[in-house]
Amino acid sequence: MNEQQQTLWQFMSGQADKLFSQTLQHVGLTFISLILAIAIGLPLGILIARRQKLSGMVLGVAGVLQTIPSIALLGFMIPVLGIGAKPAIVALLIYALLPIIRNTYTGIIGIDLHVKEAARAMGMSKGQILLKVELPLAMPVILAGIRTATVINVGVATLASFIAAGGLGEFIFGGISLNNTNMILAGAIPAALLAIILDALLSLVQKMDVKKLRKALYIFPVVILILGGFYALPSAYGSTLTAGFTPEFMGRQDGDLGLKSTYGLKIHTIVISDAVMYKAAYAKELDVISGYSTDGRLKAFDLKILKDDKNIFPPYYAAPIVRDKALKQFPELEKTLNLLSGKITDSIMTDLNYRTDYLHQQPERVAKDFLISQGLYKASKNRNKGVVRIGSKIFGEQYILAEIYSMLIKGNTDYAVATKTGLGGTKICFDALMNDQIDFYPEYTGTGLLVLLQPDPTIAKEMAHDKEKTYDYVSAEFQRKFKIKWLKPIGFNNSYALMMRQKQSKELNVNSITDLKNYLDKN
Amino acid sequence: MIELKEISKKFGDTQAVKQVSFSVAREETLVLLGTSGCGKTTTLKMINRLIEPDAGQILINNENIIDQNPDVLRKGIGYVMQNIGLFPHYTIAENIALVPKLLKWDQVKIINRTQELIAKLHLTETTLSMYPHELSGGQQQRVGLARALITDPSVLLMDEPFGALDNVTRTSIQKEFKALAELKRKTIVMVTHDVLEAFELADRICLMDKGEVVQIGTPKELLYRPINDFAKSFLASQKLILEFKVTNIQDIWIYLPEETVHHGECETADLSIWEAMELLRNKDRSALYISGANKAIKSINFEQLTKGFNQYQNAQRHE
Repeated sequence: MNEQQQTLWQFMSGQADKLFSQTLQHVGLTFISLILAIAIGLPLGILIARRQKLSGMVLGVAGVLQTIPSIALLGFMIPVLGIGAKPAIVALLIYALLPIIRNTYTGIIGIDLHVKEAARAMGMSKGQILLKVELPLAMPVILAGIRTATVINVGVATLASFIAAGGLGEFIFGGISLNNTNMILAGAIPAALLAIILDALLSLVQKMDVKKLRKALYIFPVVILILGGFYALPSAYGSTLTAGFTPEFMGRQDGDLGLKSTYGLKIHTIVISDAVMYKAAYAKELDVISGYSTDGRLKAFDLKILKDDKNIFPPYYAAPIVRDKALKQFPELEKTLNLLSGKITDSIMTDLNYRTDYLHQQPERVAKDFLISQGLYKASKNRNKGVVRIGSKIFGEQYILAEIYSMLIKGNTDYAVATKTGLGGTKICFDALMNDQIDFYPEYTGTGLLVLLQPDPTIAKEMAHDKEKTYDYVSAEFQRKFKIKWLKPIGFNNSYALMMRQKQSKELNVNSITDLKNYLDKN
Repeated sequence: MIELKEISKKFGDTQAVKQVSFSVAREETLVLLGTSGCGKTTTLKMINRLIEPDAGQILINNENIIDQNPDVLRKGIGYVMQNIGLFPHYTIAENIALVPKLLKWDQVKIINRTQELIAKLHLTETTLSMYPHELSGGQQQRVGLARALITDPSVLLMDEPFGALDNVTRTSIQKEFKALAELKRKTIVMVTHDVLEAFELADRICLMDKGEVVQIGTPKELLYRPINDFAKSFLASQKLILEFKVTNIQDIWIYLPEETVHHGECETADLSIWEAMELLRNKDRSALYISGANKAIKSINFEQLTKGFNQYQNAQRHE
C-alpha cells in the first residue's frame, strides 16, 4: 500500500465509509456538547444578568476552564468519566460554555433600559419580560456566542479521537503520525469545511430580521437536536475485550493491519491517544493497548507485554539522525553524540522513563543522574561557538534523550544548545529537520523504515525483523534521499508491543498475541 | 382618585423624596413640576410601583397599592415615558396591542380599538406594520400614547411625555393631547420640567424642590400667589407668557370695547389671551369676534386685546 502515489481524491473515495462516519461523529459530538452548553450556559447567563454580583465569578470560572489545554482537560476526565464519548462531550461542553454565558449576559445587559422599564410598566411579569423582551432582543448577541462556540467545538472535537470518541481527528492525527498527507487532509479539509459551513449558516440565522428570527427560534433547537443525534456511541461488536490503539498504530503495517493479516486478531478497537492510553488500561477502561516496549508506564501501571510470537513488530532501535550540513557545521558533534552509543539498554530506558512518567522527576534531573552514573557527566563549558538545535517528539523518552544530548554537547564541546522539544509526531519532527529548523533528533529504525521511507511491502517485510539489516537500509536510504545521517544506535529497542494488565493476563492465561487471538475466538 | 400620604424614598444617602403628600381628583390633571433631580419622577414611579417607597402610603380609588400584585396594578395604569420605550422587535400594531394581549383580549376587539386610537392620534394605517425605528419621534410618541390608552385605564402616568421632541412637534402634539376627548375622562399625573407645558396642560400644579413639595395649586394660584421666593423665581423668567396663558377673555371682558352685532363665526370667551393673540397673528385677521356671557358679542383687535389685558393686570395688583 503505497499511499504517497495516491491522490487525495483516491484516498477519500477509498475511505468514504470511514470519512462519512467520522464526519457524522464529528457533527454529533459538536452538537451534543453544544446543546448541553446552551442548556447550561443560557440559564447561567440569565442568572448573572439578574444578579450581577455573581457575574465576575461565573465568567471568571468559565474563562479559566477555557484556558485549560484541551489534551490536559481530556486527561483529567479519564479517571472520572473513562474514555469515549462522555469525557469528550464534557470537555467540549466546557469549551463552549464561556462564549454562550458571556454573550447571553452581555446581550441582556445591553438592552435599552427604557425598553425594560416600559415592559415592567406595562405590567409584564418577570417571566414575560424574559421571554418576550429580553431574550428576543438579546438573541443576535446570544447567537453570535453560539456561533463562536460551534466553531470552537468543531476545532476541539478533532482532539476527541485522543480518547476514543471518534471524529475527524482520527484521520488528522493518524495522518500526522503516519506521515500520510492524504490522510491528514482527508480529516482536516472536512473539519475546516464543517466549521466554515456551520459558521455561515449561523451567521445567516443571526442576520435574519427579528420577525423571522422568532420562527427560527423554534426551528433552531430541532435542527441542533437532529444534528446531535448523528452521534451514535461506538458500538461494541461481540468481543469481550476492548483494545485501545493509537491513530498511528491503527494505520501501520506493523500495527493493527499486521495484527489482522498475520494473526487474524479480531478485537473491538477504539482509537485513543498515547497520552491517556496507559491510564485507561490501568483504569480497566481498556484491556489491550498498543504501547512501547520501553515505556515507563509499563512499570508504573503494572502492565505485561504480550509476546509477539509471529514477529510483526520490527525492531525500533533509537539513534540520533543528523543533517549532513549540521555535521559539517559542528565538526565535534558526531563524536559527542556517539558517546551515548550502546549505553542505554531496554531496562535502563524503561527505568528512566518510569522516573519521568511516574515519579514525575524532571527530564533534566533524570538525564544528569544517568550521565553521572555512567561517568559521562561534565559541567557545561558555557561556550558559544554556534548553536546546535535539538528536536524531540512529544513523549517522555524523547525529552530525556534531548536533555542527555544537550548536556553532552555543552560539557564536551564549545557549542551552545537550543532544544525544541515536544514536536507533535514523526512527521512534524522530520519536517522540522528537513526544513532546517532543527539539526538532529532521536529517531527509531522501524519508524524510519516504515513511516518515513515507506518502501515496497516486500522489501519492508524482508527487512523488518533483522536489526542490522534495517539499520543498514535506513542509513543508506536516508543518506541518499534526504542527506541525513544515522549515527550509532543508542542501544535500546523501543518497539511496538501489545500489553495487558499483569493480573488480567494471568487470569486469562494470555501471554502472547496468539494466546490473545485464541482467547478471543473462544469467547 | 390618587392619594399620596407622606411618601419618602432614599437612594443610598440621598433623600430623593421627602414626605410628599397630595391627592389628585377623578379626571383631574396634576403636573409635577420642578428641576431635574427634584424627585418628581421618583414620586411618579412610586404610583405604579416601579419604585417602592420607604415610608408612606399610596391609595388609588381608596385601595392601598401595596396590597395589589404589581403586575396587575400596572396593567390597569397607563404609562407614557420620555424615551417612549417601544419594543424595537415588535411592529407598531404589536406595540400598541401589548397590554390587551397580556389581558387576553380577543383579536377583533384589539383591532377595533387600535383602529379607533390611531384615528384619534392621527397615525396612518400603514404605520401599523412598521417597526419603531422607521417612525419619526413625534409618531413614536403618539404610538407610546396609544399603547398607554388602549385599555382605557382610568389613571394615566406621564413622565416627560414630550421631552424628547423638538419644539415645533412638541407644541402641536401638546395641542392634540389637550384636545383629545379620551384624556379628559382620565386622572392624570404628569411630570415635566417645562413651565409652559405645565401651564398648558395642568388643572393643578405641584411644584417640587429637593424632594419636597413647595406649593400645590392651580396655575393662576402659582402665578399670582407664589408661596415663597423659590416658587416666585421658578416662574419669573416666563412670567408674561404665563400670564397670557392663565388669563382668558372672560377675565378681561369688562376692559374690552363695547358690544357689537355679528352673525358669523365667533370664538368663545374661555379663549386664553395667548390663544387669542396666536389667532390674530396666525390667521392674519385684524379682529376677532368673541361671544361672551348672555350671547353678547365683542370685536377685538390686537391693540384692544393688550390694552384690556394691561388694565386687568393693574386691577389685579391693586386688589
